[in-house]
Amino acid sequence: MNWSLFFGELVSGLTLGSIYALIALGYTMVYGILKLLNFAHGDVYMVGAFIGFFILQWLGGPLNPVVTGWAAVAIMFVVAMLGCGALGVGIERFAYRRLRDAPRIAPLISALGVSIFLQNSALLLWGPQFRDYDTFDLVGVKSYHIGRNFFISNIQILTISVSIGLTIVLGLVVSRTRTGKAMRATSFDRDAAEMMGISIDRVISFTFFLGSALAAAAGVMFGLVFGQIFSLMGFTAGLKGFTAAVVGGIGSIPGAVLGGFLIGLTEAFATGYLPGGSVYANLYVFALLIIMFLIRPSGLLGSPAIQKV
Amino acid sequence: MSLGGGERREELTAPPADRLGAIESGVGTDEWVARVDERRAAQKGIGGAIARWWERTPPFARLVVLLGPFAIFPFITNSGNLYRYGLLTLIYALLALGLNVVVGFAGLLDLGYVAFFGFGAYLYGIMASGHSGHHLQAEIAIPIVVVATGLLGLLLGLTSWRLIGDYLAIVTLFFLQAFVIFVNNANGGLNDFSYPFVGKVDLTGGANGLDQIDPLNFFGWKIHTTKGYYFYTLIALALLMIMLFFVNGSRTGRAWRALREDPLAAEVMSVPVNRLKLLAFIFGAATAGFTGTIYGAVQGGAFPGDYDVGLLITIYAIAILGGLGSIGGVVVGALIVNGAPELLRSSSNARYLFYGVLLLALFVALRPWYKPVIVLVGTIAFGYAVHGIASLVWSRGTAGHISGAGGFGDALEHWVLLPSRAGSLAGWAYFALVTAALVLTLVRGWWRVVVLIPTLYLAAFVWENKLVEQVSGATRLILLGALLVVIMNVRPSGIFGTARVEIV
Repeated sequence: MNWSLFFGELVSGLTLGSIYALIALGYTMVYGILKLLNFAHGDVYMVGAFIGFFILQWLGGPLNPVVTGWAAVAIMFVVAMLGCGALGVGIERFAYRRLRDAPRIAPLISALGVSIFLQNSALLLWGPQFRDYDTFDLVGVKSYHIGRNFFISNIQILTISVSIGLTIVLGLVVSRTRTGKAMRATSFDRDAAEMMGISIDRVISFTFFLGSALAAAAGVMFGLVFGQIFSLMGFTAGLKGFTAAVVGGIGSIPGAVLGGFLIGLTEAFATGYLPGGSVYANLYVFALLIIMFLIRPSGLLGSPAIQKV
Repeated sequence: MSLGGGERREELTAPPADRLGAIESGVGTDEWVARVDERRAAQKGIGGAIARWWERTPPFARLVVLLGPFAIFPFITNSGNLYRYGLLTLIYALLALGLNVVVGFAGLLDLGYVAFFGFGAYLYGIMASGHSGHHLQAEIAIPIVVVATGLLGLLLGLTSWRLIGDYLAIVTLFFLQAFVIFVNNANGGLNDFSYPFVGKVDLTGGANGLDQIDPLNFFGWKIHTTKGYYFYTLIALALLMIMLFFVNGSRTGRAWRALREDPLAAEVMSVPVNRLKLLAFIFGAATAGFTGTIYGAVQGGAFPGDYDVGLLITIYAIAILGGLGSIGGVVVGALIVNGAPELLRSSSNARYLFYGVLLLALFVALRPWYKPVIVLVGTIAFGYAVHGIASLVWSRGTAGHISGAGGFGDALEHWVLLPSRAGSLAGWAYFALVTAALVLTLVRGWWRVVVLIPTLYLAAFVWENKLVEQVSGATRLILLGALLVVIMNVRPSGIFGTARVEIV
């Protein structure tokens, strides 16, 4: 067995997986509270990647940033997360809020409209060309190896650890804080929560803020790991993020992370081992989604939905 | 006894207003029917008159009114316009009709619909093209395509048994993505699958597309003009509309509506829910596949970029604008959604259309009459003021020119700022415009008039400096996306629709 290929795919699968996990968290939180599939989420991720890119340019570019490389990366993360958080709140306020009690097809089509609007606005303003993050020049990529075949770069370590760190922070926010309690209550029963004095609008806005901020972090990570971003990157990533959320069990935070890593690993190993994998990896992810639906529609860690009449 | 108790007793004795209305409308008249009739009678002005006239018109006459102008159109235009405005509109209308069955009648949100359209075009191309080397007659190939697409629809429809609502939407969307990836790569190249028994085959031509598709060829009669294809599509559209009209009133049609309104109640009433879902999927897919054969033959090729999310949005916009569940509305929706962006292709036409629609929207949305007049005068004055100040202090800001425009363009040059290198400034202005438009939805009364003036000027600035560059590409889709959001928020049933559509 070719161990270096195996470990290579393993590490790249974990890296991809941590990006998908962050996107999936946004889907799963919004779905948990609003029962809405936020199609625009993938495009928020794209906008996050671009905000990171422009902050990098504003700091002087990757070759001679005004602060040190790692500080620049930290500023990129923070600004992209705040900016996209605001974008997410705006999307909810203007595209979804009036439709909360509408037939369920209305917010879905509205979400589709927001998605196409964001995607083409990016195309109009920033063009279809690739933009370089130049991670090599920015922070100096180092590769560590353990044993003979196991290689991992510092950027990959950063991505995986930031992703896990953010998930833990999110988990603490949801389980330990007052706002988190309000979120759980709203998700359980919106009307009852409102009667208990919870400001539903504020809770939903906060949920969108958190989800969009995580998507932005994923976007910046994608730029750092792959070095390049483009204005159509949101669509496929959004689909896979949703697949991850569904595979893990939608509405469940640990499930989203588990699903994200599973999708990332599936994609990486399909690329390495399955026939036609280098171009058809997404088809194998799709097959995984279908199989998941057939075997366990509620996902790995989800509880079966009870339909109320 | 407390005051509160007295109030409550009063409330009990006086029947609520809407109940009163029901009693007055007489025994045996449904309250809901009475209210709908009331609302219909309350529609005033030209719009109400047209709506009432439309309802009195017999169905066959409605068909003539809708499609009659299409039958005359080829005799008054040239072949290029016939293709762009006529044939494409008809093809879009056909596609939207099929989608209407899945989404409008049965209430299943199918986002993979365009894949069936592409599948039809590719399958026809594989059976009849110079690329594949087979040349089947259309009367054999088209039934095969329709049946095969229907079967594919059946397969995708099977997922709708277990998946409801949003889950179905994402699976079908992923299906479309999978289709695009497949046709982009299935050229028998180095990375392609090696199929059992036959090995590697070039199925779709990959990213370059499947070219040299034969024109439609029925029993040796070849359609070789745009006019021929136009009438062929028009007849197909008319037949499909008649068919759907009867299906809509049939047992199946009523069952679909029951499924759409409340799947659980329908199931309890022993409506075979799963079979109906499949039937809707098959019907929609077969329609899309059939339309695909026309599109493939007209284009003389099938290209992966044509069958993507952009087209999906376009078809959805048509179906929603026309009103989901409305058969005739689809034709009107297709005319608006296809016609308007096609007019946008030449930048001077686009300019007239843009300012015309702004003006129209202003006068329709703002009441009473003097408010839009104030806004209009205010915006013009505001523009000249800004331009005058800019010409004194910022000479670069007025340096640009409007290309290829008549007197209107000359007048605009003295009104709107045209910086020589607009680049990032126009980007920020676009951002500001979106923000201003959103703020506009939050303010009321006279504040709205005040905010509207700079917003309109900003819109003109962004249009002339940025949007006009890509009218047929990104701008078109931006406007469609915004349209979908606005329609869903303002009037979820679409312009011509009355049905409340619930997905299952």
